[in-house]
Amino acid sequence: MNSQLLAQSAVQAPHIEYGQLAPMLIVFGLAIAGVLVEAFVPRRARSAVHAPLTLVGLAAAFVATVLQAGTHHVAAEGAVGVDGPTLFIQGTIIALAFVSSLLIAERRPDTSAFVSDAASVPGTQEERESLVAGDVQTEVYPLTMFAVGGMLLFPAANDLLTMFVALEVLSLPLYVLCGLARRRRLLSQEAAVKYFLLGAFSSAFFLYGIAMVYGFAGSIRLSEIALAVSHSGGNETLLLLGLALLGMGLLFKLGAVPFHSWKPDVYQGAPTPITALMGSCTVVAAFGALLRVLYVGFGGMQWDWRPFMWGIAILTMVIGAIVAITQADVKRMLAYSSIAHAGFVLTGVIASSSQGLSSTLFYLVAYGFTTVGAFAIVTLVRDAAGEANHLSRWAGLGRRSPLVAGIFAFFLLAFAGIPLTSGFTGKFAVFAAAVAGGATPLVIVGVLSSAVAAFFYVRVIVVMFFSDPNPDGPTVAAPSLLTGAAVAVGVAVTLVLGVLPQPALDLAANAAAGLFVR
Amino acid sequence: MTPINLIVLSFVLFTIGAVGVLVRRNAIVMFMCVELMLNAANLAFVTFARMHGNLDGQIAAFFVMVVAAAEVVVGLAIIVSIFRTRRTASVDDANLLKY
Repeated sequence: MNSQLLAQSAVQAPHIEYGQLAPMLIVFGLAIAGVLVEAFVPRRARSAVHAPLTLVGLAAAFVATVLQAGTHHVAAEGAVGVDGPTLFIQGTIIALAFVSSLLIAERRPDTSAFVSDAASVPGTQEERESLVAGDVQTEVYPLTMFAVGGMLLFPAANDLLTMFVALEVLSLPLYVLCGLARRRRLLSQEAAVKYFLLGAFSSAFFLYGIAMVYGFAGSIRLSEIALAVSHSGGNETLLLLGLALLGMGLLFKLGAVPFHSWKPDVYQGAPTPITALMGSCTVVAAFGALLRVLYVGFGGMQWDWRPFMWGIAILTMVIGAIVAITQADVKRMLAYSSIAHAGFVLTGVIASSSQGLSSTLFYLVAYGFTTVGAFAIVTLVRDAAGEANHLSRWAGLGRRSPLVAGIFAFFLLAFAGIPLTSGFTGKFAVFAAAVAGGATPLVIVGVLSSAVAAFFYVRVIVVMFFSDPNPDGPTVAAPSLLTGAAVAVGVAVTLVLGVLPQPALDLAANAAAGLFVR
Repeated sequence: MTPINLIVLSFVLFTIGAVGVLVRRNAIVMFMCVELMLNAANLAFVTFARMHGNLDGQIAAFFVMVVAAAEVVVGLAIIVSIFRTRRTASVDDANLLKY
């Protein structure tokens, strides 16, 4: 039958809206240009070419995103949805990737975070030679751009197959990037293996969920799935099974309990600039995809997924906040803090209203910039073995370098949600949306776990300012222009969104007003 | 053979893969089990495509094959690099990061 159809009608070329896809096309183009640079530019000159190329390209992609403002359209023959929330999320991801790229571009041999020769075995003559020669693994740039491209496509994907491909395009480069730390390479490789095995496991669940949903709806397009859900006549078992497996894959990516166990290990082992990228951009992209799946595809079965999301949000907030108390490593502590924050954002997702959507968007911006700034500070506190991540090594940092410790304390207060920081505005917005959506018990749990979380943030501040400095403690490296700029952006956004949040709140509300395109 | 048997087979393959990831110790074997899960999904896609009489599922199966191949490249590279460092591919020995 199909061959007859093909014979009857001439094959029509698909209609691709290049303008609306420009942000993604620019970033993927950057990635390919990065591969070409690897192939044709001499080794010594590569960093000098990559860094400006990446930064200028990301800036261009940001402009392309802003120019699309107001679009509400399904592009690329229904594969990609371009609408207010998606553009807001894409703009956020590009901006956060720009700031993370400033950290990645930090290339002085003493402070670079990336391995000199990833193929060499740690502790061998080969590795020492490449270290002495001052080599660096510049493949980091194209890999980062591929990951960012996948992150841009992930929340925009309007059918589940595109979403799966985007998930893999964002994950595969990140698995590799995790294993490229310059120091403590055993930890870094271990983090890469763990992230890879668990990530592949979870994406297999995600894919099987897609297959089940396809079995129910007969289509992988979100709008047609929504239609099938509302005229539910098919096999409900397949639908519920599919949604559960699909949700598992998405919740893994954003690190919600009980799918969080990879997060502390990977955040600790990965090179810190990559941790900053994962802690900000990946979380934003994963929330974008979760929002689209739940609002567009499965909005009609809210009463089925809501109780489960309630449970997951409560577990995520409580376990993230409580386990963080016992952490002795700064990056691990920030990982658990990121888990707790994923729970706070989930309360906004559950509200499933335009207000919930806009508050979620605002929270993601606020949290993303604070995270990048905090990890930028982590790259600065160093001793002879590289970054000094153990919390005991940070004792008395406030006396030795008050400015850096003060900025880090400011970021911690923002994580804790103290007024006049972006964290407070963000939390207030999601909790207000959750109350309006009838989720008051959830908000009570949220506020209580915020209080628990505040305890361990303040504990770090106490360690930094009220204990005596260790005589052989870490030194604070003088920040280069790049790292300094990353910290400055983090501070500026955290402060502005705390003191003058209204413009950003309005922007998020405007973006969310039209909801997702179907 | 009715399509529903193939769906049951796909369930069985998926379960074998998922249990394999959970109980096996060798990173390579775990990875092969993940591939089994992906192939179970492919079987489900193709069978559902036949049941619904449209091509979406078959197209999905092609994409999944490509993605699985890319995943093999990245996965084996990571596993080989940790094997060269530690002389073992057992996931029980990778225990530096915990608590």
